[in-house]
Amino acid sequence: MTNALKRWLNSDVGYSFRQSPTAMVAAFIAFVCLFCSVFAGWVSPTNPFDLATLELSDARLPPAWMEGGTSKFLLGTDDQGRDILSALIYGSRISLIVGLASVLLSVVVGVGLGLLAGFRGGWIDALLMRLCDVMLSFPAILVALLIAGVGRALFPNAHESLAFGVLILSISLTGWVQYARTVRGTTLVERNKEYVQAARVTGVAPLRIMVRHVLPNVMGPVMVLATIQVATAIITEATLSFLGVGAPPTSPSLGTLIRVGNDYLFSGEWWITIFPGLMLVLIALSVNLLGDWLRDALNPRLR
Amino acid sequence: MRTFKFSRSLTALAVMSALALGSAQAVTLKVANQGDALSMDPHSLNETLQISVVSNVYEALVTRGKDYKLAPSLATSWKQTSPTVWRFELRKGVKFHDGKDFTADDVIFSYERAAGDGSDMKSYVGQIKEIKKINDHTLDFVTKAPFPILPELFTGWMMMSKKWCEENQATKPVDRRKGIENAASFKANGTGPYRLRERQPSVRTTFSKNGTYWGKTEGNVDEVIFTPIGNDSTRIAALLSGEIDVMDPIPVQDVERVKSNANLKLMQGPELRVIFLGMDQKRDELLFSNVKGKNPFKDVRVRKAFYQAIDIETIKSRVMRGAAVPIAQMFPSQVRGFAPDLTQRLPYDAEAAKKLLTEAGYPNGFEVKMNCPNDRYVNDAEICQAVAANLAKVGVKINLEAETKGTYFPKILRRDTSFYMLGWTASTVDAHNVLYPILSTPGDGGRGQFNLGAYSNAKVDELTAAVGSETDDKKRNAMIRDIVKIHQDEVGHIPLHQQALLWGMKKNIDLVQWPDNIMAWKYISVK
Repeated sequence: MTNALKRWLNSDVGYSFRQSPTAMVAAFIAFVCLFCSVFAGWVSPTNPFDLATLELSDARLPPAWMEGGTSKFLLGTDDQGRDILSALIYGSRISLIVGLASVLLSVVVGVGLGLLAGFRGGWIDALLMRLCDVMLSFPAILVALLIAGVGRALFPNAHESLAFGVLILSISLTGWVQYARTVRGTTLVERNKEYVQAARVTGVAPLRIMVRHVLPNVMGPVMVLATIQVATAIITEATLSFLGVGAPPTSPSLGTLIRVGNDYLFSGEWWITIFPGLMLVLIALSVNLLGDWLRDALNPRLR
Repeated sequence: MRTFKFSRSLTALAVMSALALGSAQAVTLKVANQGDALSMDPHSLNETLQISVVSNVYEALVTRGKDYKLAPSLATSWKQTSPTVWRFELRKGVKFHDGKDFTADDVIFSYERAAGDGSDMKSYVGQIKEIKKINDHTLDFVTKAPFPILPELFTGWMMMSKKWCEENQATKPVDRRKGIENAASFKANGTGPYRLRERQPSVRTTFSKNGTYWGKTEGNVDEVIFTPIGNDSTRIAALLSGEIDVMDPIPVQDVERVKSNANLKLMQGPELRVIFLGMDQKRDELLFSNVKGKNPFKDVRVRKAFYQAIDIETIKSRVMRGAAVPIAQMFPSQVRGFAPDLTQRLPYDAEAAKKLLTEAGYPNGFEVKMNCPNDRYVNDAEICQAVAANLAKVGVKINLEAETKGTYFPKILRRDTSFYMLGWTASTVDAHNVLYPILSTPGDGGRGQFNLGAYSNAKVDELTAAVGSETDDKKRNAMIRDIVKIHQDEVGHIPLHQQALLWGMKKNIDLVQWPDNIMAWKYISVK
């Protein structure tokens, strides 16, 4: 483990990481968020989803440092007496799961279709790329809203887990286009290179060439894109939840928390919405900065 | 050609400036609510907001005046000619918005429509046995039994034009439960002081003053724009920025802010509405629960346990911020028939609730779905969340489904629910309007139409029928008291609290606030 870390730090990418304080800070924040989300059960002071532990009389307490706040609730409580800090930790877990899952799904779909389009060309290419054009001409949030709406209409008695499934599906179905386009472009360049030609001449099956020879060479840009897209996916999820079609209020994601807190903004109970908002900014920013750094580090022309 | 074009644009300019001048004098009132009227059909949904909007377009035979006392409307006078016969004289010279005369035939048609399939207003006409037309402007209503408060009941039954409904294929009411829509949802043709001009469901609905209205319009509003704004903070922002003139309700958390704003005022008052929870007591197996083969709500101990598990005082102070009065009966003290000696709620006691559940055979509680609106009553979804948390403490796991009333009402009115929230206003200001539709066993003529969990007690049914015909106040109140007592002992429903009216508006607006939360635009004036 330590050896692998050492080796990585001594590699090209590792060197550039050590040279970039932004990347280090971003990685630290992202790591802390990830750690808290994964080990939410141990890190978080209370379990905000366990209704039996909520005391309504604790509702809308201000953060600990303000008058009326208690050290029991460091960042205050929401309208149901839920600890904001715990809600944040559990909420970012949901946001991260939805973000990562939807990016994973769109990478799989996007890379697969992009590879196919670029490698095969012809009518498959034309068909897939026109589909991409159509998808791109709609704002992502609109398509996600449509899919979420249709998903809800199809399964009116949907259980909560299904709500998350619909959420992930609707975000990834709008996200795959980016990967498909990038991969197709790179594949078009790669498929005429000598190593592909050589593989072809020696009689390797096309599917094998695609997966074993071309794919590893197009993954660089995909990694960069995926990192940045995690942030976009998290924000899309928050937007959908803010609009009320995302995560249900009983297991709130950051977006749901912001929406609920939004009602109390005018009455001066700012902490219910500001902290989830800050958390969202922090996660999205750190992931984005990491993605930016990765893009620079992997770009040979910037070296 | 050039001169021609020039002169044409000059004319256009002249027309436009004339229009601009005209509209500068017209008074426009922008009204916002947390939700939309789901239809323009006056017989389709017995919901206060829909009635509030629609009652500016359609009218009933009897109405309430500024002082909330009964007043003539489309009927000029009425009297009892025998214990079961009422004679109503109709107002002459009243025209519908399309210019046709209002006659006795329209009343008979409106009766058939409101009493027939798909109507949500059956309880307002359920006492009628038959209608005899004496002449074009005189009618005799024969009731099934003596029914002294028939005029009160008629305030909730609105008149439609027979001809217009036939022309528009709208002779049957819009029925959301079955997904039946018709032209009456989007078009309207009443006799009221305002006519519907444009309807964009859940976006905005505009109304303009009816120039040929039979009565006097005391206010000075020429045009009303009704906009639903679901989000509390958006709605309050719209009021603060002056984008809207009147809004209902003010979110309880923003009351202080509106009070302290120099340009705004707050009108507060007790509302007749009681918020309560209902439980399915009919099905042999609960629909949405992990209990199989039986229905725990049939056991009074379970219902009592639910009641005692709810910490109503904390809901009042935390969720409602004091703008509610916890209540033990299904109607508030302002309603005729209120029993002043039965005001004690079962005490909040989680331990007792747990014990009751154990006795009933659920020592570890059970799981049940709760249905709740999120844009109908003040902090409805928040109350349900708090109830769910309360019940979690005694081991009952609530799967909360909070949704917009557009899907909520059709669902619970189809009785696709095990545990639900409803608010009820005794719009006749008489207990019978609660006893008959909510406490009675579901049956014909709108009986128990909103008793969605089908609570049933033969004695209650019998007494309710007797209350309907009783003229002696003392006897009547004694019978109502008996019903209240039975219902309390059996926990037929769980009453939560009486809601408070919270209307916010600009300082320069004068209006009449009725305790049933109906807003009559004809009394609104903008100074």
